[in-house]
Amino acid sequence: MEQQARILKVLRQVTGKEISPGADESLFVSGLLDSFALTDFVSGLEEEFGVSVPDSDLSARKFDTINKVSAYLVSKA
Amino acid sequence: MAYLRAFGSWLPERRVSNEEIAPLVNATPEWILEVSGIMERRYAADSDTVAGIGLLAARDCLDKAGVTSAELGMILVASGSSDRFCPGPACEVASGLGLSSTPALDIPVSSAGSLIGLILAAQLAPKMGPVLVVGAEIMSRRITLDPEGKNSAILFGDGAGAALVDAENGFARIADFCLFTDGASAETLFVQDGRFSMDGQAVIMQASRKMPRAMNELLARNKISPAEVEVFLLHQANLNLITRVASTLKAPRERFYTNIDRYGNTSSASLLIAADEWYATQTAPIAGPLVFSAFGSGLNWGALLAVPIPNTQATS
Repeated sequence: MEQQARILKVLRQVTGKEISPGADESLFVSGLLDSFALTDFVSGLEEEFGVSVPDSDLSARKFDTINKVSAYLVSKA
Repeated sequence: MAYLRAFGSWLPERRVSNEEIAPLVNATPEWILEVSGIMERRYAADSDTVAGIGLLAARDCLDKAGVTSAELGMILVASGSSDRFCPGPACEVASGLGLSSTPALDIPVSSAGSLIGLILAAQLAPKMGPVLVVGAEIMSRRITLDPEGKNSAILFGDGAGAALVDAENGFARIADFCLFTDGASAETLFVQDGRFSMDGQAVIMQASRKMPRAMNELLARNKISPAEVEVFLLHQANLNLITRVASTLKAPRERFYTNIDRYGNTSSASLLIAADEWYATQTAPIAGPLVFSAFGSGLNWGALLAVPIPNTQATS
């Protein structure tokens, strides 16, 4: 499965909705994520991609869109 | 060895409802309740001081413990809203208790200050004698009741709490603790030039990860499961955060004592006010471990584990 599809899978698990946001659509402005849900989203990403996200990276700016999440994961690879 | 011996608290009379605050911050009472779990908070009177309300909680604690101030070995006062930065309120609390040589130190850490105080007291009590820990806050003077300050203004209330940590007597032994600081995120939560500033989104994200991690670490190394804990006494920051922490720990929500609906977030006072109220409701010997946890400016956070002494009756 390609990376963005796996990100979307995690996002759907966290929100419990069969959503398909655009790659550059803000997950916060659209109401799909809030501060609490972001921590679940990050935990899901850690599990799905086998990465460790340090607390210092817990910023809405880094995880605001599918593309930003993708770029972050690439930087962690 | 150190023990929790007694708690105390003091809250201002003036109740400030969501209905009173909502129009000032361009919100609705329902929204405030939904995002915070707060229905009302207390505001100090103009004549109150941080040291003054801390003194009232200190006296309440000493009365409940049946201890005179002369027996104290040390006083620690936590506050993020002190009227004066240096010296802070600790020396005034000591003076108010009639003490002229007992060491009294300030812990200028909002929200997590009283947890730090308990942890320090547990280390110091065997050497210094009984340590009185006080958390006192008048945060209503540090917030801005306007739409720009909405996210902080809706949360905070005023109050004071206290705890007595004793090397020889008490109802629960302080068994272990963990304490952390991460200055990289200090800008998310601070008081400067008399005003409180908070990036609420960042703080929630940090706290909802760091607090459960601290408690899990503490419980795991003491071979205690979250389900075995009698009560979780947390800094009353936000009801949704407490619910989230309970869920992350997979612990029953009802084991998390909360009073934030009535007092709001009283910063470093909240942990001890909650402890005092919870302990006052105990009519039988406490059956299981107590876990305290807080998160605040610094960022500082941590947890403390206390194990009840068998057959010790609550004395509040």
